[in-house]
Amino acid sequence: MQLEQQLRDKLKDKDILLMTHIVLGYPSLDVNREVIKQMVENGVDCIEMQIPFSEPMADGPVILKANQTSLAAGTKVADCFTFAAEISEQYDIPFLFMTYYNIIFKYGEEDFFKRAKESGIKGFIIPDLPPEMGKSFLTLADKYQISPILIYTPTSTDERMKELATYGDGFIYCVARRGVTGKKSEFDQDFDGYLARCRSATKLPLAVGFGIQSKEDIQALKGKADMAVIGSRTIQLVESEGAGAVGSFIASLR
Amino acid sequence: MDQNGFFGNWGGAYIPEILHQTFVELKEEYTRCRKDPAFWQEYLTLMSTYSCRPTPLTYAENLTHHFGGAKIYIKREDLNHTGAHKANNVMGQGLLVKRMGKKRVIAETGAGQHGMATATMAAKFGLDCTIYMGEEDVLRQRPNVFWMEKMGATVVTVKDGSRTLKDAINEAFRDWVTNVDNTHYVFGTACGPAPFPEMVAWFQSIIGIEAAKQIIQYHGKMPARVYACVGGGSNAMGIFKRFLDESDVELIGVEAGGHGADSHAHAIRLSSPDATPGVAQGYKTMFLQDEDGQMKHTHSVAAGLDYVGVSPILSDLWDKKLVRFESATDTEVMQALDLTMKQEGIIPALESSHAFAGAFKEVGKLAKDDAIIINQSGRGDKDIFTIAHAFDDPSWKKFIIDRGKEYSNS
Repeated sequence: MQLEQQLRDKLKDKDILLMTHIVLGYPSLDVNREVIKQMVENGVDCIEMQIPFSEPMADGPVILKANQTSLAAGTKVADCFTFAAEISEQYDIPFLFMTYYNIIFKYGEEDFFKRAKESGIKGFIIPDLPPEMGKSFLTLADKYQISPILIYTPTSTDERMKELATYGDGFIYCVARRGVTGKKSEFDQDFDGYLARCRSATKLPLAVGFGIQSKEDIQALKGKADMAVIGSRTIQLVESEGAGAVGSFIASLR
Repeated sequence: MDQNGFFGNWGGAYIPEILHQTFVELKEEYTRCRKDPAFWQEYLTLMSTYSCRPTPLTYAENLTHHFGGAKIYIKREDLNHTGAHKANNVMGQGLLVKRMGKKRVIAETGAGQHGMATATMAAKFGLDCTIYMGEEDVLRQRPNVFWMEKMGATVVTVKDGSRTLKDAINEAFRDWVTNVDNTHYVFGTACGPAPFPEMVAWFQSIIGIEAAKQIIQYHGKMPARVYACVGGGSNAMGIFKRFLDESDVELIGVEAGGHGADSHAHAIRLSSPDATPGVAQGYKTMFLQDEDGQMKHTHSVAAGLDYVGVSPILSDLWDKKLVRFESATDTEVMQALDLTMKQEGIIPALESSHAFAGAFKEVGKLAKDDAIIINQSGRGDKDIFTIAHAFDDPSWKKFIIDRGKEYSNS
């Protein structure tokens, strides 16, 4: 409930919220620090921090490469917790962990929740953990009051959306299209129909991600979604222009 | 398999939400097929007319005398169309794809045999086909790439991660989540999210069903032991399944020992302490991973065994001590291959040669009136570049150099 309330409070002043994505340790935790600073100072409302995994099945080439490079540089799960504790102490916006289930499973589910709670993490996005596979995960999420963010997709039936809503908390992550992260999405009539289906299936706020890259994309989501997610685009920006370019890019989006 | 896709503690379906509906449909169609005797009959007819089923069970008389122990029988999956057991699974899934009405198939491949079989099936059934193959495997299995392309498939070289089988699987999943509406992922082994492990093992079970009948016919009783190599585990499950009910038959899975169990350059998941429980590529099993859950690099001379995970069904059988797991090193495998060629005039694939190496270590100690079956999952001529290289064969090298000169001058 904590995360949803935080987002609802922000929505009183803004017509759409912004969530951004970083891959921890890519290109380095120092650059992550600088990027987060610029994001928060320029109005980002929520940040998902990806703990790198060697097999990021749902990610496209940009984030895949970021995962591999971070791991090659030696990023450990322990470093991610230390970093999360530092950052969540410093900034007053919700921080989430995005990762794949093996990272949690291998750490020990309850230990992972405990450590994440201590590190100020408000929610988890785990793309390869459908609720059917996550019974103990969902119980622990409730126990530690960390929101499990569930995912809607254009292939989800109305019944499936309703079912997912019963397990979800904080907000629902609506994947804009089929495919992996990083490619452009079309926000056409079909998309509006899909978002309307999402809206009628849950009372939770709706975040829309995958392929959102510009002010126009975000403009198109206003009134239909509560939060827009920028993922691969800022990672590319840091690669091509450096961390210093992130602030003005974020500021230009709304 | 329970309703969530688990075999004991292992398996499940850890899939991205975008695939949820397609898995619902796949499970429904698979369940219908299993209940429909006409489907299995159609499958048997296809396999006996398009492939060479039943494949022979060969008595290896010379090898038997060489070791002086139990009689050695070889189940000849190498005589399947496309040269390996992979066709059993692929043709079965092909019939399923036709029922589901999908127009495109994708597959991962390690040794290239599964990719070959899938490209063949796609050509026969008129489907578009894309095969994902790790860059390292493309280099060591070039002849299979050539044939896949000739049969009309697109072969995509995967340059991420360790550039082997697991990375090809990740890339195939990325394709699937993008093209889920018209595409079926022909998973190549008894791994991945449910229902794939059980479905692939079902199609492959034809191996053991035939072998049990044949050994009774030739030997008059059940074998003492059955040996199979274990990469993902589909040929092993295929021959083991029928014998699981026979309490006197011991089943032995032989994993890829690479440079040795202590070398950290191997693919031994179940017969070494290096692997731990994990969840990746859609399922839970024993993985070769570090303390953070990052997958490790594996090594085997055989591309098809060079894999971080293993069938969840085999992990369950290992848990329950119903299958014994051993390993064979690259060196032992080359020796077993050499011996088999010289003694029997049979060329097992490098993958299958692991089963031979495992059996050769033990067969001499068994009684002469017993028999063993070795599953020869595939033929070795696809490995000509790797085998010739490993044997450091001078006349082959000269041939390659001369041909290279010829091409570079033209």
